Amino acid sequence: MELDAAKQIGAGIAAIALAGAGVGIGTIFGNYLAGALRNPSAAAGQFTNLLIGFALTEFTGLLGFVVAMIILFG
Amino acid sequence: MALLDTDPMKQFEVEPIVPLPTVFGVDLTITNTATMMIMITLLIVGGLSLLMGKRALVPARGQSIAELIYEFVADMASSIMGKDGMSFFPYVFSLFTFIFVANLLGLIPGMFTVTSHIIVTLTLAMITMGIVLWVGFTKNGLGFLRLFAPKGLPWWMYPLLVPIEVISFLSRPFSLAIRLFANMLAGHILLKLFGGFTISLVGALGLIGAGGLLAVLAMSILTAVTGLEFLIAFLQAYIFSVLTCIYINDALHPSH
Repeated sequence: MELDAAKQIGAGIAAIALAGAGVGIGTIFGNYLAGALRNPSAAAGQFTNLLIGFALTEFTGLLGFVVAMIILFG
Repeated sequence: MALLDTDPMKQFEVEPIVPLPTVFGVDLTITNTATMMIMITLLIVGGLSLLMGKRALVPARGQSIAELIYEFVADMASSIMGKDGMSFFPYVFSLFTFIFVANLLGLIPGMFTVTSHIIVTLTLAMITMGIVLWVGFTKNGLGFLRLFAPKGLPWWMYPLLVPIEVISFLSRPFSLAIRLFANMLAGHILLKLFGGFTISLVGALGLIGAGGLLAVLAMSILTAVTGLEFLIAFLQAYIFSVLTCIYINDALHPSH
């Protein structure tokens, strides 16, 4: 029973990874928007880089999710 | 207490549909995963050939849809890999359409999401890395190893940088696989949770009054999340194929 409780708490703690991912995704899209408003003609060419940065950042948050799943079901 | 089976992990269970014997240690049983993958492939091949129809010079409605998808992926592939990378375009196009259709079909209620299983996404990522290694070593020979040691750095940086580059190269297939699988898994758990939440709210508090109001709120969040899931279905297919293009480009032109 105590092991179950510890598992639930651990899975909850693993969700803290979302904070970092949130900050990162906000930074990426915010900076892209700031740059795009300064020079709209160059914005379209950087859209792929934007999505790559988004994917790499999101991955750190998803690793937290995977850790939570491993704790709960592994 | 629960009116329905609201366990959010139940939708990911693999169930046998046509039991077949095990041959040479390989279980040939047709499961719901296999059925969905066969369906996806048939849908893509059949749909694209149906849309292309007569292959007219001036496309009609159906043909321009097919050409839209084709040109979208072709533009992306050629802008990243260049002209000599276009020999890998068929692979990138298959990858994009397979993941995109798998994600979209998974969004239909009651359907099975193939890409929410890490074995499927890891297999796709391993095929990509196999192509990268094969192309890198056949095209550049041992020069492919320059990928791990970029030029123009002070010599004492290399003992530090080479292990980092090697580890980042080795983690590529896992980051590709886990990104797609975790996105799909998390999205579908979220949908199921909000769906179950709506029903248990009505069950616990009644349809009239607070229960109904809260259920409407939960249902509208569910609708919004479903819309977001459509965006993610496209985005993940796009990102998977963009990263595949970048990795293949690394193998074609390893000198950064």
